[in-house]
Amino acid sequence: MSRPEHTAPPEIFYNETEASKYTNNSRIVSIQNEMSYRALELLALPEGEPAFVLDIGCGSGLSGEVLDEEGHFWVGLDISDSMLEVAKEREVDGDLFLQDIGQGLGYRPGTFDGAISISVLQWLCNADKTVNNPRARLKRFFSTLYSALARGARAIFQFYPENPDQIEMIISSAMRAGFTGGLVVDFPNSAKAKKYYLCLFAGFKDNAGSSPALPKALGEGDETPGHITYGSNRIRERRKGKEQRKPVKDKNWVLRKKELNRTRGKEVPADSKYTARKRKIKF
Amino acid sequence: MRLITHNMLQCHAKGCDPSQSYPLELKEVQLESLDAEYSEDFIRRLIPKLDWNVLVHTAFALGVAELPKELPDVQDEAFLRKVHQVALETRVKEAQMVCNGCGHVYPIKDGVPNMLLQDNEV
Ligand SMILES: C[S@@+](CC[C@H](N)C(=O)[O-])C[C@H]1O[C@@H](n2cnc3c(N)ncnc32)[C@H](O)[C@@H]1O
Ligand SMILES: [Zn+2]
Repeated sequence: MSRPEHTAPPEIFYNETEASKYTNNSRIVSIQNEMSYRALELLALPEGEPAFVLDIGCGSGLSGEVLDEEGHFWVGLDISDSMLEVAKEREVDGDLFLQDIGQGLGYRPGTFDGAISISVLQWLCNADKTVNNPRARLKRFFSTLYSALARGARAIFQFYPENPDQIEMIISSAMRAGFTGGLVVDFPNSAKAKKYYLCLFAGFKDNAGSSPALPKALGEGDETPGHITYGSNRIRERRKGKEQRKPVKDKNWVLRKKELNRTRGKEVPADSKYTARKRKIKF
Repeated sequence: MRLITHNMLQCHAKGCDPSQSYPLELKEVQLESLDAEYSEDFIRRLIPKLDWNVLVHTAFALGVAELPKELPDVQDEAFLRKVHQVALETRVKEAQMVCNGCGHVYPIKDGVPNMLLQDNEV
C-alpha cells in the first residue's frame, strides 16, 4: 500500500471524506486510543495532577479525548480543516488551532507540561510542496517546540517512519534543537504490533548527563501484545490503587455540559445509558 | 481558544519583532462561556506561569471580569475560582487576533484560530 504522505499534502489528504472515514472506523479509533494511552504513559506526568498538554496533529480529537478522560487541559494543532471540524462536532474540550507545525509554534517559554503527537511526524518529512524543505521545517518545528515546553517536560511522538534515514533525520534535528532522549520501539519482533515512539526531554541542553533514562520498550522478548498489559490498563490499575481518584468528568458533569449546550441551542446527542461511560478499549 | 491559551500565545511569523509579538490583540470579539472542572491544584500551578498583567488587561477589555492589578499575597478560594473562570471557562468564539509586531491578522472562526502563515512569513 502506498503511504498517504506520498499521495497529497495533509490538508488535502485529510479532506471531509477522509476525516469522517477516519473517525468512524472503530479499528482506527481503538488503535489511536491505544497509542495515545501509551504516549501518555511515556509522558510520565506527575500522577493525579491535571496538566497543560499540547497535542501536535490532533486531527479529529481521538488522541485529545484520551487527554480529556485523564483530566488534562490541552491545546491541539492541526493543518486539516476537515479533521478539526470533526473534532468540534465531537465536542472535545481542548483548544483547537488550524496550524502547520512545519511553520513553527508560537508559545511563551515553558508553556506546556508535556506534548504528545500520534501518527503525525512522518508527514513533516515530505517535500509535498516546492516551498517545503523537510529539514528546514523539522528544525523550525523542534526548536519552537523546545522553547514552548517547561524544563523537564517531555514530548512523545508515535510515528510511522518510512526508512532508517528518516528516523536519523528526525532525531538529529530534535537533538540539534536541544532535546535529549531517543527512540523506544514497542514489540520490535512483531510485524503487526511494532510501534515507534520518539521520546524527547526538554531542559537538559547543557547537561545531557542528567537527562532521564529512556523508558523501557514493551514486548522486547518473544511476547505478543496479547500477553502484555498496555498503557491504558496500567494507568487505570495504578490509579485504582492510589487514593481512588474520582473520575475527573463524572456522569453528572457530562450531563451538565450537555444541558448547557442544549440551552445554548447547540445540537447535543440524547442522554443514554452510555453517556459519560468510559470507552472500552478493544485489543 | 480559551483565555489561558491566549495568555501563552505569541506571533510565530518569521522576523516578527520579539518585543512586539506578545500579546496578540483581540479585536471584534465574540465570547462564549463553557464549563470546566475546577482544580485548585492546577490553578495554583498556573498562576505563576501566567502573564498576570496581560490576563488582567484582557479580562477587563473583553468585559469578562475585573481582576486585581497586583497578584494578591493571600490567594483564597474565591480568587482562585475567579482565575479559573477567566482562564479556563472563557472562550473566544470569533475575533480578529492582531500582531502588533508584524501586523499579521490571525482570524478566529467558530473558536478556532487560523495560525497559517504565508510562504514569505516562514
Ligand atoms: C493519522 S492523523 C492522526 C490524528 C490524531 N493525532 C489521532 O491520533 O487521531 C494525522 C494528522 O496529522 C495532521 N498533520 C499532518 N501534517 C501536519 C502539519 N504539517 N501540521 C499540522 N498537522 C499535520 C493531519 O492533518 C492529520 O489530522
Ligand atoms: Zn507578528
